[in-house]
Formats: sequence, C-alpha cells, structure tokens
Amino acid sequence: MNYMQVIDKAGTNFNYVIAVTLFIIGLYTVVAKDNLIKKFMGLNIMETACFLLYISMGAVKGGKAPIWTEGLKKSTVFVNPIPQALILTGIVVAVSTTALALSLMIKIYEHCETLDAEKLKRLETE
Amino acid sequence: MNITHHFPILLDMVPIAAACTMLIIGKFRREWCYYWALFAISICTVMSAGLVWEVYKTGPISYVVGSWERWFGIEIYFDHISACTLLISGLGLLIIIFSKHYIAKEIDERKIPVYYSLILLNLAGMLGFVITGDLFNLFVMMEILSLSGYALVAIGEERIAQLAAFKYLVLGAVSSLSILMAIGFLYSITGSLNMHEIALYLPRAKDHIPVAIAAFALFIMGFSVKAALFPLHIWLPDAHSIAPSPVSALLSGLVVKIGICGLLRLLFIYRYVGGLINVEPVLNIIAWLAAITIVMGAFFAVFQDDIKMMLAYSTVSNIGYIFLGLCLVQSNALIGGIVHIFNHAIIKVLLFLCAGAIIYQTGCRRLSDLHGVGRKMPITMACMSIGVLSIVGIPPTNGFICKWFIAIGAMDAKKPLFAAALLFGALFIFAYYIKILNAAYFKKPRAEFEKRDEAPMTMLVPIVLLAIACLALGVGAYFPLAFIKPAAKSLLSTAIR
Repeated sequence: MNYMQVIDKAGTNFNYVIAVTLFIIGLYTVVAKDNLIKKFMGLNIMETACFLLYISMGAVKGGKAPIWTEGLKKSTVFVNPIPQALILTGIVVAVSTTALALSLMIKIYEHCETLDAEKLKRLETE
Repeated sequence: MNITHHFPILLDMVPIAAACTMLIIGKFRREWCYYWALFAISICTVMSAGLVWEVYKTGPISYVVGSWERWFGIEIYFDHISACTLLISGLGLLIIIFSKHYIAKEIDERKIPVYYSLILLNLAGMLGFVITGDLFNLFVMMEILSLSGYALVAIGEERIAQLAAFKYLVLGAVSSLSILMAIGFLYSITGSLNMHEIALYLPRAKDHIPVAIAAFALFIMGFSVKAALFPLHIWLPDAHSIAPSPVSALLSGLVVKIGICGLLRLLFIYRYVGGLINVEPVLNIIAWLAAITIVMGAFFAVFQDDIKMMLAYSTVSNIGYIFLGLCLVQSNALIGGIVHIFNHAIIKVLLFLCAGAIIYQTGCRRLSDLHGVGRKMPITMACMSIGVLSIVGIPPTNGFICKWFIAIGAMDAKKPLFAAALLFGALFIFAYYIKILNAAYFKKPRAEFEKRDEAPMTMLVPIVLLAIACLALGVGAYFPLAFIKPAAKSLLSTAIR
C-alpha cells in the first residue's frame, strides 16, 4: 500500500483517525504531566475519544432516530442505536470515575498540600 | 417458572441490591450492616454452589436477561471458568465474617455502612465479570469492581492511602479505557457484542484483520494492568499494603485474578482466528514477562520488613506463575495455571487475614517488631505457617500441585528456561517466608508476647477454615483437577491452534 492509498483510507475513515489521535493525546497527558488534575484531564480526553469512536461508528448518512412513528416508509434509514445506548452507560462510568478521582485529589491536597506528582513521590518515600 | 432457572442473574443482583440498601440500614442501625452483608453473600454462596454443581453435571448454562433473543439481549454464560463465582462468594463470605472487629477498630465508625456496601459492590462486580457472556457488560462489571476497589483502598486511615488509591485509579482507568476502545474495535468489525457471536464472526472479517490485532493488543494491555503483570505492576504493592487487611485480602486474592479471567475470555473470543492471526509470539512475550515477574516480585519481597508489603510483592510473583501457566500453550501448564488461580486466591486471603489478625492484636506490622508472636497467638500463627508452606509449594498443601503442573508443562513444551525461572522464584519465595516463620517462632520473644492472647472468634473462624481448605485441596487435589481438565482441554483444542 503506497502512501496515497493510506491518505485516502484515512480520509474516508477520518472519524477513527480522530478518535485514535485523541486517545493518544490523552495517554500522553496522563504519562507526561506532573499535576494530578492535568493527569486526570488526560484521562477525560481518552474517555471522550472512546465515546467518539462508538458514536461515529453507529452513524448513518441521512439516518433518523430509531423511533417507530406513524407514516414511516420502508426506505427510511435509521442510525444504529446500540452504540448510543452503550455510551450512555459509558458516560455514567466516566462521571463516577471523575467524581471519585476529584474527591481523592481533595483528600490528597488536605494531607499533603500539593498536587504535584514529583513532590508527592518525595513525601511518600519519607 | 422455577426460581433456580433465574439463579445466574440473581447471583449478580442480590449483592448489588444489598449494597444499595446498606446505606439506608446504616442510617438506622449501624450494627445491622454486618449481618445484612453476611446474609446477602451467604445467599450468593448457596446459589453459586448450586450453579457449579449443575455445570459439573450437565455443562455450561446459558441465560438471557429479560427474555430477549439470545443474540440481541445480554447473555449470561455460566461455564467452567465461571465456576470462580463459588470461590469469589465463598471467600467474600469469610472476608466479611473477618471484618467485624477489624473494621470497627481500623476505620471511622461512620464509614462502616459504606465499607460493607463497597465490599458487596466489589463482589458483585467480580461475580458479574466471570459469568457474563456479553462484552460490554464485561466492561461495566469491570468498572463496578474497579471503582469500588479504588474507594476501598482510600477508606483506610493511613496517611498516604488516598495517594495509593489515586495511583491505582489512574492506571486502572487507563486500562479500562483501552479495553473499552478494544471492545469498540471488535464491535465495528463484527457488529456484535456477544462473545460467542464475535468468536464466530471474527474469521469472516478477513479484510479487517489489522483491527482485530489492534484490539487484541489493547485487551492484553488492559488486562495485564488489572492483573499487575511486570512492568505494569507498580500500583499493586502500595495499594494492597495500605488498604485495611480484609480489603487487601479481597484485592490481592480475588480482584487481580479478574484480569486473568479476562485473558481467558480473550483467548475464548479469538479461538477461531487461527491461521489469520498468529497469537503465539504474543503469548511468548507474555510468558517471558511472566518469568521476569516471578523472579522480580519474589526478589523485592525479600527486602521488605513490612509484613503486608511482603505479601503484596508475593502476589506480584504468584501472578507471574499464573500468567506463565496460561501462556505456555501446553495442556499441563494451562491446568496448573487455572488451578493456581483458585489456590492462590485461597492462600493469599488466608495470609492477609492472618496478617490482619496479628496487626489487630499487636498493633505492629514490621517483622522486626513481631519477634515471638507465635507464643502470643498460637492458632493464628499455626494457620499462617500452613499458608506459608502452601505458597512455597511444600507437597501436602495445595500450592504444590499447581507449581508442579506448570513446571511439568514447561518441560513438556521444551522450554526448560521457564521451569528454571519457576524454581528460582520458588527459592526466593522460600527465603522470604522463612523470615516470617523465623521471626514468629525462633527469635527471642518480646516481653509482651509471652502471655497467650488470641484474636477474637470472628477472626479465628475464617482463618482456621481457610487453613483447612489449603490442606484439603492439597490432599484432595483430584477434585479441582477433575473440574478444570475439561475446561482446559476445550480451551486449548480450539483457542491457540
């Protein structure tokens, strides 16, 4: 496969490319940033990347919401509702992770009075 | 309709319902929480015993939630791997029995309902994880057990408990998200979330094999963080040693095994892709990492003075044994690996509960402070010695069987280096556990340990029962082997080849 084909494929599947890019940006943020809040923002970016992947997967061009109403034609196309249902669950999980992490950070700040990973590491070994 | 038909879903719903009502009960009578948790988990134990017996007699059970068509709804598939439910609910029962006095002393009184609620949620997550046949449901259950696990680590009063919990949370969340991403990949190429259906459809998605490989890699990464495989184990020692002892027992004995059950499920999903994807090199790499894990975990454990830290590193080492057994692609090793999931769970819960009882009675957790504790708490220390002998793998105990099988498997697979790593690890393990026995029995006892002063009954009963189980499963090793063999055979015949 030459690089033109690669670009072509990436163009037709750009939603996947964006999802994976976001995922990697998030992972980089988690690994490289020292501030715990920034680390956690990285996790939130990764979560968003996953949600984007699922939602764009279920999208259909010109698709309608899959709700049965009077007067629907046989030719009507629907979007796939399953990824949306899954991601609703996924958002609930993400919200609870965020809540737990933020409350842990408050506790850490109360105890150690810093949110810098390097300083915390030094405090931990003391 | 017969109620036994609905056992698979009730097995998961009973602890969740009990966990949700726990906080209301805690508002009125705090001391009832303990009995409420005990009641819920006893019901689970009975139900899972019934289900395991049925699987043993008639084979896997399929149950569809909400009577949707099998492929549309969420399927619960209770097979030989799901037999872990009996282990989870049984050990959960013992851990909750143990908690009564320990928790009253260790954590703030107002947190007690929350504690029991989280323990039940964690157990419910694990039960759901091993019985589900739906990939997204697997993710949800994994999140339930991980989130409650992070909160349980942070519940203790130790100074850096929150920091350890945060470290655990960040790594755990990254692994969960990579698994979510992998599930998305598989869904995008097969259009299904049911594990059986994905297994059937994967070979047909010939044009999208790279996607399947990417999903495989993400799954492996996610599950090896959850199971603390080297080099992704760094969260484990802190989290497991800082949590209150019953929580350490739960996390170390059961929660890390969830990653391994996930790996087994993954092999199950990819079992028909032989010829399209060659997974053997990947398994080879994992086997090497597992060998490093064994030696390194045992090596670090030797230098610990804190008894719980030592046990936590020993968990890392033993996880290596299990991974090695699973990834050698050889039937004896596979059987050894799966049996070690069960045996290590029992032994590690025993050891952590013993450590908890010692910390409860004496207030010290450093080995150098525990000289002669065998005189103060003879029953606890006797049981701990049985646990120590089992984890080293001395013949009449249950730890021997699995290591024997894994070593034989390594020799049969013509990979003697792995067998050498295994023996080397066992030697280190022996070295550091001897330190415990030495400190407890052969050092000059401290003055306050001269008088006999045992732990309360609620602690002794689970400890003694677990010690008996260690010996019984070593002598009667035939029963777990007879149960595991068909599962291992079926996995091996279709999975990796």
